[in-house]
Amino acid sequence: MFVFLVRRLLQAVMVMLAVAFIAFLMFRYLGDPVNNIVSQDATQQQREEVRQRLGLDDPMAIQYGRFVINAAKGDFGVSYRNSRPVSALLAERLPATAELVLVAALLSLVLGIPLGIYTALKPRGVLSQGLQIMSLIGISLPTFVTGILLILVFSVWLGWLPSFGRGDVIDIGWWSTGFLTASGLKALILPSFMLCLFQLTLIMRLVRAEMLEVLRADYIKFAKARGLKNRAIHFRHALKNTLIPVVTIFGLQLGGLIAFAIITETVFQWPGMGALFIQAVNFTDVPVMAAYLVMVSLIFVIINTSVDLLYNVIDPRLRTDPTRASGKGA
Amino acid sequence: MSDTSFAGRLRSFADSDLFYSFRRSKTTVIAAAALALLFFGAIFAPVIAPFDPFDIAHLNLLDSELPPAWMEGSNSAYWLGTDTQARDVLSSILYGLRISLFVGFASVILAAVLGVFLGLVGGFVGGIVDAVIMRVADVLLSFPAILVALLINGVMRGILPANQHESAAILVLVLAIGLTNWVQYARTVRGSTLVERQREYVQAARTIGVGRLRIMLTHILPNVLGPVLVIATINLGMAVLTEATLSFLGVGMPATQPSLGTLIRVGNEYLFSGIWWVVIFPSATLAVLVLAVNLIGDWLRDALNPKLR
Repeated sequence: MFVFLVRRLLQAVMVMLAVAFIAFLMFRYLGDPVNNIVSQDATQQQREEVRQRLGLDDPMAIQYGRFVINAAKGDFGVSYRNSRPVSALLAERLPATAELVLVAALLSLVLGIPLGIYTALKPRGVLSQGLQIMSLIGISLPTFVTGILLILVFSVWLGWLPSFGRGDVIDIGWWSTGFLTASGLKALILPSFMLCLFQLTLIMRLVRAEMLEVLRADYIKFAKARGLKNRAIHFRHALKNTLIPVVTIFGLQLGGLIAFAIITETVFQWPGMGALFIQAVNFTDVPVMAAYLVMVSLIFVIINTSVDLLYNVIDPRLRTDPTRASGKGA
Repeated sequence: MSDTSFAGRLRSFADSDLFYSFRRSKTTVIAAAALALLFFGAIFAPVIAPFDPFDIAHLNLLDSELPPAWMEGSNSAYWLGTDTQARDVLSSILYGLRISLFVGFASVILAAVLGVFLGLVGGFVGGIVDAVIMRVADVLLSFPAILVALLINGVMRGILPANQHESAAILVLVLAIGLTNWVQYARTVRGSTLVERQREYVQAARTIGVGRLRIMLTHILPNVLGPVLVIATINLGMAVLTEATLSFLGVGMPATQPSLGTLIRVGNEYLFSGIWWVVIFPSATLAVLVLAVNLIGDWLRDALNPKLR
């Protein structure tokens, strides 16, 4: 176990160093950093000075080392477009994305697990069949199309919910939250639903498939033979074993939620990190792109590594076969 | 099978297991019909489209924002209505479909060629080359495809001068999507190459002194290509969707050369003025396209290669 832990952590560090290297290459070679800092009519000498000051004449290994150290301190330089420190820009946008992803993740669990149980227990019911078809459509529709449909129905036609922005937010320290105002909560409904839809169908199908499998197992038959109530069988015995794979998939998909938040934030003009990233891609704002890449990778690596480790603790079969244990992470 | 005339081949195909399982699956037949219709529309867009949406001379601003033909206040010449620039929505969709499908196919071909080549080399050569290729594949696979494609897209835009962004948009998209999706091909091909290279025919070829490149390309390659077609079909849906997403996010096709994703982005801006048809019809086309490709891909996977399930 200890060897596995060390190897997995080393692997995570290697991935982060590789990502940092890509970010560094972007930073260094995508356009001339000097041109983006000095004014248009700077003299050759001023340019040289800036070049010296930024250390762009040093050997590449030293520059990379400096980049990694600065990145570890959270210093990614200044945005080319906004002329503000990138770390400040990201910190300002972080709460919006974090709240959106959190609500979407919770929503997918709170709705997905009961719906999955229901469709497994009543596989022939009309409602179950309807849910199955709905989930097929939900998976096939591009997410931004779903978002547009939601806006069209609930904002344009019915006028119930806002279609853009976060509503009123309250600042708690540096964190701005939309949880404490009515308009903030209302603004969360459509975006978080759009973001969670794919997850929701995934969890629902997973719970349904696992539950159907478990219900056929011998220990469930024995429980029935012992005369236990259906309720106890379904929820105490079957559900527990169903939830192990759900926890894993949920963990791995959290990273996906952060990535797909980019699309949701664009559809709903949500002032989060994803919208910032799209802006950066559009204007080739390299420091913002590099910082977003490193930050999101860090979140991914942390999630993937902890899920791997947790899974290893939960499922002893994986411990003997190292290739299976390390090949996770989609 | 010995009958090589066209009619004979057609007959043997009609008798094949593949065609039998195709006929038996109703959803697949419907999906194939829908896909054939969309392909037809895309390929013959210049012939069948009622208008040329890029011909400014024929645009008449008096005809702008007309609703679809079955609604009140419409002009029956424009079946699906017109947008704010008086462009015919149906014609825009047909031309957009053309671009979406072109980017989809081109990026799938790029990904397949790249992935097959890397998998073949990795599996056959082994050692450090293999290790490097597979580690890169692992890292790519642990990030969502859309994020990788966005990043490659951003880097390429940084390399190109700003005034060429529009003209190079197709190329940038094909590269970004192709470079994102090669991993699955590489993994599959590498797996089969590892098996094939132990076989006797490869050893025989080695003994008589055939070069490594030639063994890879003429001996092993034909034997590992089987699953590639299935992966490519499934990937086509993904590629079309990724293109649409990038264009929707505003970093794909420009408004002067709209793909389906661009049409949806532009239409989305007018959602609140009540002209819903500008955004709904391209969205529906995209959804049908992706759904049809996915259904056919799923069927093909089950019918051709039960091992991949």
